[in-house]
Amino acid sequence: MIYLELLWTFFKIGLFTFGGGYAMLPLIQEEVISHGWMTDEQIIDFIAVSESTPGPFAINIATYIGTEMGNGFWGGLLGAFCATLGVVLPSFIIILIVAKCFEKFKTNKIISGCMTGLKPAVIGLIASAVVSMAHTVFFPSGVSFDVFKELQFYILAAIALVMAFLAIKKVHPILIICISAVIGIGVGYGLGL
Amino acid sequence: MNKAKKILKLFLAFLKIGGFTFGGGYAMIPLIQKEAVEKQGWVTDEDILEILAIAESTPGPIAINSATFIGYKTAGVLGSAAATFGVVLPSFVIISIIARVLTEFSHIDVVRYAFLGIRAGVIGLVIKAVYTMFRKVKKNAMAYVVMLLAFVCVAIFDIHVLIVIASCAVIGLIYSLTLGRKEQGV
Repeated sequence: MIYLELLWTFFKIGLFTFGGGYAMLPLIQEEVISHGWMTDEQIIDFIAVSESTPGPFAINIATYIGTEMGNGFWGGLLGAFCATLGVVLPSFIIILIVAKCFEKFKTNKIISGCMTGLKPAVIGLIASAVVSMAHTVFFPSGVSFDVFKELQFYILAAIALVMAFLAIKKVHPILIICISAVIGIGVGYGLGL
Repeated sequence: MNKAKKILKLFLAFLKIGGFTFGGGYAMIPLIQKEAVEKQGWVTDEDILEILAIAESTPGPIAINSATFIGYKTAGVLGSAAATFGVVLPSFVIISIIARVLTEFSHIDVVRYAFLGIRAGVIGLVIKAVYTMFRKVKKNAMAYVVMLLAFVCVAIFDIHVLIVIASCAVIGLIYSLTLGRKEQGV
């Protein structure tokens, strides 16, 4: 049953994502692609959609996949509801527990100990997501040396590096997406793709 | 103020927070401060810092964590449900609509080309996320080892992310209970 599967999968994603934002990207890639719910490219496109609409990435992608997987209008709505509920539920339950015994939680050595390992792990995980995204975008037909002969590869790599630099310089993500889109349109028509 | 009114106010405040935070995460902190601290006085600035500390050591998006926490502090379990529902609703409605039109547009040439550029730009955005997190994290030998280990396990050996997350938590725990104690002078 697709609705239960959505609920369970996004519950797992919600439960094991520490640090918010793109911390959940590697887990989402793994779960969503293995279910065949989205392709690598669709996930990258959806990051752009999520950056340009309000709300956290986790909620947005849960709602999106739920809508796509449900059957018809009401099925889509139910799917979106199940996936979103799944991704929210773990935080909701855990925060309720923490709010009740806050002082104990703050000084708990086991939790803070786990966190000293989780924080750097998340950085490594997101870095691995960058690699898999780069693979999808820069080497769409598999890794081979032929790619290095194509102008498109160098333009896309340049866009990624320049946009990373602009983002670090605090340029707003939506502006970065717009600039990238305009360059993409120019390149698409210019190279006649 | 009676409880029902408080719950309605929580819902409306977090509806606003959810509707106006683009990109999620820490971007919503200033808005939460304005609504929950300055306007309503539900929590204090110190509470916000504590919420952030909790949000970092519990799973899930910061938006959900803070909505649940502030809702609970203000009006109990019902309050936390109202606040969480409010913060999720705008994304839910907007994405439900987008999901129904996105696929229709994806075959037009202009849109296809635009996304060619956008995909490369998105990689830039995620590189930036790695960079900012790397700057923030406490750096010691253990942190570098775990970072590298997590990266290599997933990027090269394709080990399941959940296994990597769990192992790194255990490594962190063992470290902080043994070697890390000396470092902190405990």
